Amino acid sequence: MTQLVHSIEARNLTKSYSEVPAITDLSFTVAPGEVVGFLGPNGAGKSTTLRILSGLLRANKGEAYIQGISVARYPERIKPLIGYMPENNPLPDDLRVIEYLKHRAHLKGLRGKKCRDRVESVLEQCDLARTVRRKLIGALSKGFRQRVGIADAILAEPAVTILDEPTIGLDPHQIIQIRKLIERLRGRSTIILSSHILAEVEVSCDRVIIINQGHIVASGTPHELRTEFFPKREFMLQAQVSSTALRQALQPFGDSITISERSNPLRTIEEHWPYYQLSLPKQSSIQSDQLLQTLTQNNISIREIHLHQPTLEDIFFAATKRSWELEIKSNQATNGTAPKETTPPDPS
Amino acid sequence: MRNFFHLIQFEIRALLISPATYVAATLSMLMMGFFYFLSLVTMAEAPQDELPSAIFFRFFLFPVVLFVPMLTMRSIAGERRQGTLATLMTTPVNAATVVLSKFIAAYLFYLGLWIIAIAYPLITAAVLPSTEFQRLILDLGTLIGGYSFIACTGLLFVAIGIFTSSLTRSQLVAGMLSFSIIFLLIVGVTSLSYLGTGFGELNTTLQNTFHYLAAFDHYSDAVHGLLDTRPLVYYISAAALVLGLATLVVESKT
Repeated sequence: MTQLVHSIEARNLTKSYSEVPAITDLSFTVAPGEVVGFLGPNGAGKSTTLRILSGLLRANKGEAYIQGISVARYPERIKPLIGYMPENNPLPDDLRVIEYLKHRAHLKGLRGKKCRDRVESVLEQCDLARTVRRKLIGALSKGFRQRVGIADAILAEPAVTILDEPTIGLDPHQIIQIRKLIERLRGRSTIILSSHILAEVEVSCDRVIIINQGHIVASGTPHELRTEFFPKREFMLQAQVSSTALRQALQPFGDSITISERSNPLRTIEEHWPYYQLSLPKQSSIQSDQLLQTLTQNNISIREIHLHQPTLEDIFFAATKRSWELEIKSNQATNGTAPKETTPPDPS
Repeated sequence: MRNFFHLIQFEIRALLISPATYVAATLSMLMMGFFYFLSLVTMAEAPQDELPSAIFFRFFLFPVVLFVPMLTMRSIAGERRQGTLATLMTTPVNAATVVLSKFIAAYLFYLGLWIIAIAYPLITAAVLPSTEFQRLILDLGTLIGGYSFIACTGLLFVAIGIFTSSLTRSQLVAGMLSFSIIFLLIVGVTSLSYLGTGFGELNTTLQNTFHYLAAFDHYSDAVHGLLDTRPLVYYISAAALVLGLATLVVESKT
């Protein structure tokens, strides 16, 4: 019987800096070929986890494995398997792009024709070949620097590519290019990337791991996370009607619809028109056209009605908020008081 | 091993394109030129027991404390500050390879600078009319002895520079640290070896120890044609120890 070897496996990773825990008991796996997004607010422990996976840091407890090989015990076997782009992407300013990539290719064991071919290939893939190949790295824009960092990470066709904030500081055009690049790598390398740009992660990643205060607070595909954190279907309605009249109009659907007033997210000229959120159970068969029909029959003027699809941003806020709430509860249970920093961030 | 030679090449290239290297080399060459001129003037004014080259090598302290810190302070501290040390450590190279390659590149530069300084006796010999003077200026024994001494001590001094560079992110702090340590090692230990008596046998043991470590004593032996293996063992083993410490620091602080 063959046993599935995960590309990445973190087992109970714990790391503290001067008694301050950065990550605690962190466990997750990444299957071969998967593209996984690692999300979390600043200081959540994303970079610490990625540094442990790349062998730059040692965990205080627990162990990380790349393709079943322990990172801490066999660093020399791990290094050829990974391509790592650290946060802030440090690069030597006094080298030209081509010189730097050739140097890195040598260090990664590529020689002769293979070295030249791979360097040319990553220059093409990262759209550096015609534009900046002979430019000094110190003279490059942020976007090009990020691309040089990614080119370096994928140079030796690693089994696992670890990208720490690859899209930080990039403009929308550059972000789309990085997204396309990750798409091209799909299937050829297992990719784990951390990012603050949630929409980016949603588009690029098969699975998302949300981390807060050193703990995993949510993990799964965007669809799974939507089901977990938003178990109800939600319709957004903008109509010139009071909440009482709306409740009466929707009476035929029974108690399955929960109505709550919301502020107008777009702040359009029709700001005085109230905005409502209609929440229905996931299994409810009520459709927007049925709602629309009922409301028009009651002579309610409607500007907009649509099914609200929670974004990854919504999931992120819901997951981090839940972790903050759990933290407050646990602190209250142990100390009797909530610590002062446990105020959950305001998603708005 | 191929990575090791590639890294040495890369480090030499990094030193070649660094303005700090040229500033340090120029200042050191000017200083060496001045001291060689001083040794010629000293010899011209009054008869000396030593040859001009021997007098010149006596001033080795000054170019060493200037050039070594400027040459080595950037090596690891600069990479750590820039963050490129971390990316380097994710490739299939280990800390020992990184430290050793930086050491060898800096040491070759250090030797190169001293080799260029041989131009001073050559130029002097070329302009002197008398072959007797030429023979004294280009006395092979003194030159070989002096350069052996420089090559030997350079192992330890450059290793100290690499080690202090591994301790901090600040190039300035690394430079000041290596300057202080090298200065203390040359001047401090030599001064201690000439301390007065008063502690009986203990004092003799201490004096012997300090004499064994005193660079000026080794210089004196070397330029007079006495090539002792004891200082060689001392400099090689101390350099290995210091580079070993630097490796541990790089491993633990990356």
